[in-house]
Amino acid sequence: MNATLRSFRDFFCSLQLTVWLLILSMILVFVATLDQVNLGIWAVQAKYFRSFAVLWQIPDSNVSIPVFPGGYFIGGLLLINLVAAHIYRFSLTWKKSGIQLAHAGLILLLLGELFTGLMSKESFLRLDTGETKHYSESFSENELVLIDHSDPKTDLVVAIPEGAVADKKSIQHKDLPFRVDVKEYYPNSNLQRVGPFAGPRPVATQGFGTGLVILPEKMTYKPNERNIPSAYIEIVAPEGSQGVWLASQMLQQPQTFQYAGKTWEIAFRQVRTYKPFALTLLKFSHDKYPGTEIPKNFSSRVRVKSDDGKEDREVLIFMNNPLRHGGYTFYQAGFDNNDTTTVLQVVRNPSWLLPYIACVMMGFGLCIQFGITLAGFIRKRSAANAAAARA
Amino acid sequence: MKRFLPLIVLALGALYLASTLREPKDKAGFNLTDFGRVPVLVGGRIKPLDTVARTSILTIRGSQYIATPDGKSITPDAWLADVLFNPAKADTYKIFLIENHEVVDLLKLNLEDGDGKKRFSYEQLRPQLPELERQARMVDSVEEPLRTPFQKQVISVQQRVFTYMQLKLSVEAPDSPDFLSELVAFDKALPAGIEAVRAKQANQPHSEDAMKAMATMVNRFSYIEQFGNLRVVPPDTGDANVHNWRTAGSALMDSFAVGRVNPTVLGYAAIGHAWRGGDVKTFNEVVAALHDQLAKRYPDAMKKSDVESRFNSAAPFYSSMTLYVLTFLIAVFSWLKWPDTLQRSAFWLLALAFVATTAGILTRMWLESRPPVTNLYSSALFIGWATVLLCLILEKTFKNAVGSVAGGLVGFATLLIAHHLSLSGDTLEMMRAVLDSNFWLATHVVTVTIGYSATYLAGFLAIIYVFRGVFTKSLDKGTADALYRMVYGIVCFATLFSLIGTVLGGIWADQSWGRFWGWDPKENGALIIVIWNAIILHARWGGMVKARGMMAMAVFGNIVTSWSWFGTNMLGVGLHSYGFMEAAFYWLVGFVISQLLIIALAAIPQDKWKSSSSGEAAT
Repeated sequence: MNATLRSFRDFFCSLQLTVWLLILSMILVFVATLDQVNLGIWAVQAKYFRSFAVLWQIPDSNVSIPVFPGGYFIGGLLLINLVAAHIYRFSLTWKKSGIQLAHAGLILLLLGELFTGLMSKESFLRLDTGETKHYSESFSENELVLIDHSDPKTDLVVAIPEGAVADKKSIQHKDLPFRVDVKEYYPNSNLQRVGPFAGPRPVATQGFGTGLVILPEKMTYKPNERNIPSAYIEIVAPEGSQGVWLASQMLQQPQTFQYAGKTWEIAFRQVRTYKPFALTLLKFSHDKYPGTEIPKNFSSRVRVKSDDGKEDREVLIFMNNPLRHGGYTFYQAGFDNNDTTTVLQVVRNPSWLLPYIACVMMGFGLCIQFGITLAGFIRKRSAANAAAARA
Repeated sequence: MKRFLPLIVLALGALYLASTLREPKDKAGFNLTDFGRVPVLVGGRIKPLDTVARTSILTIRGSQYIATPDGKSITPDAWLADVLFNPAKADTYKIFLIENHEVVDLLKLNLEDGDGKKRFSYEQLRPQLPELERQARMVDSVEEPLRTPFQKQVISVQQRVFTYMQLKLSVEAPDSPDFLSELVAFDKALPAGIEAVRAKQANQPHSEDAMKAMATMVNRFSYIEQFGNLRVVPPDTGDANVHNWRTAGSALMDSFAVGRVNPTVLGYAAIGHAWRGGDVKTFNEVVAALHDQLAKRYPDAMKKSDVESRFNSAAPFYSSMTLYVLTFLIAVFSWLKWPDTLQRSAFWLLALAFVATTAGILTRMWLESRPPVTNLYSSALFIGWATVLLCLILEKTFKNAVGSVAGGLVGFATLLIAHHLSLSGDTLEMMRAVLDSNFWLATHVVTVTIGYSATYLAGFLAIIYVFRGVFTKSLDKGTADALYRMVYGIVCFATLFSLIGTVLGGIWADQSWGRFWGWDPKENGALIIVIWNAIILHARWGGMVKARGMMAMAVFGNIVTSWSWFGTNMLGVGLHSYGFMEAAFYWLVGFVISQLLIIALAAIPQDKWKSSSSGEAAT
């Protein structure tokens, strides 16, 4: 091996690199924690941890410059450092076994976190008492949908992701007999009824929007608030414009229009994940300690019914006791409407087992390692004491 | 004599502890101890009136000391009896803590009018209470972290007044010259009144006077039903649910349906009558009757209530504080004189204080039926406890008083912190739903807290190293080596526990809401402790630091741990946030600065240390 290659190898195996990477990661975690006050937890994750570099936007400009290594960069290098040192220094001796095991566990934990970041999907399921749903909805991702209800058996749904709406493009789709032009888009908004005299005039020419205007709002990052997107959508058919619609998540009622003898629905909604089973909320309970407002327990009694008719049972979901079914886990997450609505968090995470295995390996490894050290220390001490006693 | 000194110290300490277990004596014949043992339901749990008295006065006054206007000190139980049964007198006690001059001014008071220039009586506050209310309503719209000190103080003072009002209206109706005779008269008038109401509803002739009398009572009782906070009336005999306690007001409102006044409320009114009239015999008899009647129905709850009031008066954490201070002083002194004798004395005192805190923590666990750590207060107790345990082991192994010095210091400091945390109310509060899991509280919380303890201990041992090295000649090679080994061993231990604890927390999160890691501030804080301990170990293994560097790093561990313990809570975001704590914030900043100064001391080259002349002072 030549000198350059060796120094390259030594660099990646070195403890110095480990220490510096650990220090960088500590600073990163600390600063990210502080920034949670401003940005909220989701934006912080994207900016600091799920990124290769932390960017800083120069005030009053669109230019961002990297100012600090991000989580993927530090975590990736740490992983390389760890694996390299592991391979290079690996020696199967009893004395080193604890350290080897603990570090192997750490590698698994880091990989697990990476896989979770890449593969896990979180959504939520909001159910009123008595309501049945086949799908859960995303926290933050939205879509513009056009639904053809003309077939009584199945609906034809064309979903346009929010990203495409944000680009304000003309969207042409093979299943749509018309073109969809996004005229305006607001990532967070409110709606206001149009006043009879002064004030802004509506942009929409069709549907509910003819009596409403969009009020743009600042993006929110608070954990208990959501951004409500709205847009003005023009439907353009070969014969010409069919009018401008206001699509917004504020609108609860569906808006429909007729084209070529078919009824189409237009809506801006949260991205849905459909499941081969349905959940019905039978009862939501919110217990408090007597004489206080301190919540003692939240629980939802739900009925799970699979589409294939093989399953139909009741389950009680409560704090610290989720329902695991069909690869999804349903957690009691919140409630609404005077305790008549439950909010369940729905998680699909194929790599959920990795941290458990990693934990066992690391705990076991460290116990072995420190146990060996401690045993050695005690042996030496008792030898020294014996020597002192003899003297 | 010198030979027996450790034994004498141990015996005196034990005697001191035993003296706190004596049944407290009541002055003037009123059996206030038994009064304090009467259980009520408040804040979601059944507890003795003694706890109500202590936690209320602690939140209102900032301490448990109460003096009457003529300068006599009274116990919390006597104070509570005055608040419940003799409010006109209680209103004159200067107990309302106001720490902000602008608020004193707002209430049109002079600093000189207050006890110690900061404590005022309800009587003094009364004229300006509407103004306080108005100001508080304006503050409501301001988000908590953005409030000025004035606004925060307005809210605190208003809450103190509210706590007081809730107590005052818990048993008797306001401004009643004698509530007992009022109730007796009401009891007599009740049949006629009920008949009049029924007749009126049936559109039949009825007595207008009887109607009016009933209407007046409804008004009075609904007022105390609305404000009273203590649920003093146990469930009806047929009611199996032990939690269905009611307030006196709501029991009195029930009189119209039941046809007679609730006997427990009558009992309380009789106690009040006796208290005001100085009738010791009746007071003691009715209190005993009330207590015994409940004891028969709720043997378990009453046992806990009795133990709790006894625990309150024994105050094991307070006596431990004294013992820790003594331990620290004796152990430090042992480095100058009589090393062997004083070291053993300090060790025994430390062990005694440890026994007392252990007993205290075990009692709390039994009362709550919970693992030791359930809130910030109990985390302070437990961090101190675990650190002292490690110190006892260190001291037993190394026999150089280092463990006793660190144990005395950390034991005292954590109990002091716990005391300040107890000012916000009942420390045996109920667990919120999200945390309600004894299994995870016992595994994750305890493990991670032991990790905190060990990281602190490593830091304090390092401080001892730096101080003795820089300022004294006592850090010889043997001591320096021993300290180096202690710190290294404790850092290993801290790494193990903080890592396992943090990962267990992740698993709890995964079990509870499907996210192994959520980057919550408290999670991040725990992670930083793990990373920092790993940095220390790797820097040492890589030869990047020697003894002095490792000590400086261990001191920095104190900052990291304090951030995770307190700093993260101050951000006011995330699941674990306990709200913004302004006072604690300044202490935290002060502590961080002090630790940075110690690190700067450690950075002084070793040949400039005083100990450098006393042989080779470590590597």
